[in-house]
Amino acid sequence: MAMNTSLLNGRLRMVLGFVVSLVVTIFGLLLVTFIIGRVVPIDPILSIVGERATQAQIEAARVALGLDKPLWQQFFIYVFNAFQGDLGMSIRTGEPVIDAVTRHFPATLELATIATILGVIAGVPAGVLAATRPGSMADHVVRLVGLMGYSMPVFWLGLIGLLVFYGQLGWVGGPGRLDAMYDMMYDFEVPQRTGMILLDTAFAGRWDMFANAISHIILPAGLLGYVSMAYISRMTRSFMMNELGQEYITTARVKGMPERRVIWVHAMRNVLVPLITVVALSYAYLLEGSVLTETIFAWPGLGSYITDALMVADMPAVLGGTVVVGVAFVALNMVSDLLYRLVDPRAR
Amino acid sequence: MGGAVMAGVMAWLREQNPTSRAQARAGQWFLGWLRLKRNPLAMVGLAIIVVLLVVAAFAPQLAPHDPIAQNLRERLLPPLTDGHLLGTDDFGRDILTRILYGARITLYIVALVTVTAPVVGLMIGTVAGYFGGWVDEVLMRTTDIFLAFPRLILALALVAVLGPGIENAVLAIALTAWPPYARVARAETLTVRNSDYIAAVRLQGAGAARIIWGHVVPMCLPSVIIRVTLDMAGVILTAAGLGFLGLGAQPPLSEWGLMISAGRKYLFEQWWVATMPGLAIFIVALGFNLLGDGLRDVLDPRSAGK
Repeated sequence: MAMNTSLLNGRLRMVLGFVVSLVVTIFGLLLVTFIIGRVVPIDPILSIVGERATQAQIEAARVALGLDKPLWQQFFIYVFNAFQGDLGMSIRTGEPVIDAVTRHFPATLELATIATILGVIAGVPAGVLAATRPGSMADHVVRLVGLMGYSMPVFWLGLIGLLVFYGQLGWVGGPGRLDAMYDMMYDFEVPQRTGMILLDTAFAGRWDMFANAISHIILPAGLLGYVSMAYISRMTRSFMMNELGQEYITTARVKGMPERRVIWVHAMRNVLVPLITVVALSYAYLLEGSVLTETIFAWPGLGSYITDALMVADMPAVLGGTVVVGVAFVALNMVSDLLYRLVDPRAR
Repeated sequence: MGGAVMAGVMAWLREQNPTSRAQARAGQWFLGWLRLKRNPLAMVGLAIIVVLLVVAAFAPQLAPHDPIAQNLRERLLPPLTDGHLLGTDDFGRDILTRILYGARITLYIVALVTVTAPVVGLMIGTVAGYFGGWVDEVLMRTTDIFLAFPRLILALALVAVLGPGIENAVLAIALTAWPPYARVARAETLTVRNSDYIAAVRLQGAGAARIIWGHVVPMCLPSVIIRVTLDMAGVILTAAGLGFLGLGAQPPLSEWGLMISAGRKYLFEQWWVATMPGLAIFIVALGFNLLGDGLRDVLDPRSAGK
């Protein structure tokens, strides 16, 4: 009984610790974006009232925007609004930033998810292959291919990919999420439950459109997946090497267990634990890393939204998008941390 | 004669019982070098970086043309045209020349980031680790917040505020790059903080600043240096990305990312305009990655392949 309550206390403290650090981090995130937003050389009032405004109009706009209050009050209003989902208005479109962000987010999520899946499918076996034959040709190839993935400017790779696979070979769809014809059909004929085209078309049974969407996503997702594979294969190799040096592996081998079972069942079970963190990290990285890829592939996601807003100095949109990506980033880290503790009994 | 001197130097370096501190240290470096030399990939990386340095230093001597002067009669010539090994861009400027001059810009960015981000991270990390307590708590919380930020997007937002340009791009990259160094430096500091030699210096009356600067920082340097080498590729890619978006170096500078973005319009007809500078970025980033990877194996035996 006594043990039970202490266990419960431990769990409670863990959850509490998570919540506290989540709040502190998001608070810090908002502080940084707030500061960036305040030092902007663009005067937010001037951009609203225009250059010929009278002193009274400027004063009125200042009061309306809450800029007459002390800075710390402005910050708390900003935080309060942000926690309610109010990230301000876009200067360019006059639309609430949060609406635009929710509209653009599914496209980015879809891209990053497919890329992560591809990265895991390719990266884990490659890492295991390298770890089981250290110093072999296969090991060197995996290492070199991985390092090349780290060194590739992803926007350049995207251009080359378009040039070769779309321009020369015609194997894949071009920029955008669908062909122009399907794009209009998607808007009118398919119920948009998730905003992710692959899921929506599958639910609606529109397999022709689904296939078209696949032909468009495969190239950008493949390129991002390569970058993520580079990281995953490397980490898998090092985790696997570490496990294969343990005594329980020797025991299993001495008992005459087939090598395949030793690696994929015994060692893999322990490799999976740290690997969860790695996959989550690379997923989070892809959410932001898609910024440049999206501009190349005219992918209407969060990255495109932020860069488009940048070009016209629409700071509320830029900072709002930054906050959302930042929160997604933090949340993914937290989830991976929680999963880690669930899977690994030592970390509980 | 030269051979004899060389042999003498080698024997001095290999001496099992060094007679001076300098000899011991030189011997250690020599052993590290021998280990690094056995790694062919690391040597390729080193060679790439040496070539980058040479090219940056002698760009005016090596380049066949002027990097900025336009010649519209010779615009968009394909590679291997007479006098233009890699072809020309939309203003008739020689692409090879512009890539050679671009090495200077890349090196400039790398150098500026190297002297800022690691230094800031080192200071924050060692101070946090040495003092512990609430100082540690506050500094590391701040570090965590910056680590939680998506780096590229934060850099984008910063450049948007500061205005485009190389210096601002460097500032944005440095502001987003220091947290990992702080983490590394703090971890190293924690391992040496309670050692006897630190206690001895403290008993001699040295102040905190002197202990940290003179006795803790040197212990953190090796791991920070490896981290710097490995990070350089990322810095180069980020800088090129900012240039590509028009937020880094400005025309007519021949920054590689900017050159790719200029070539994007001609991608399907004149592929070389965007392809060549991208190759340059890739090769240089690969060089830093290969060298960093090899250095880590040498300096950190734990992660080396068994």
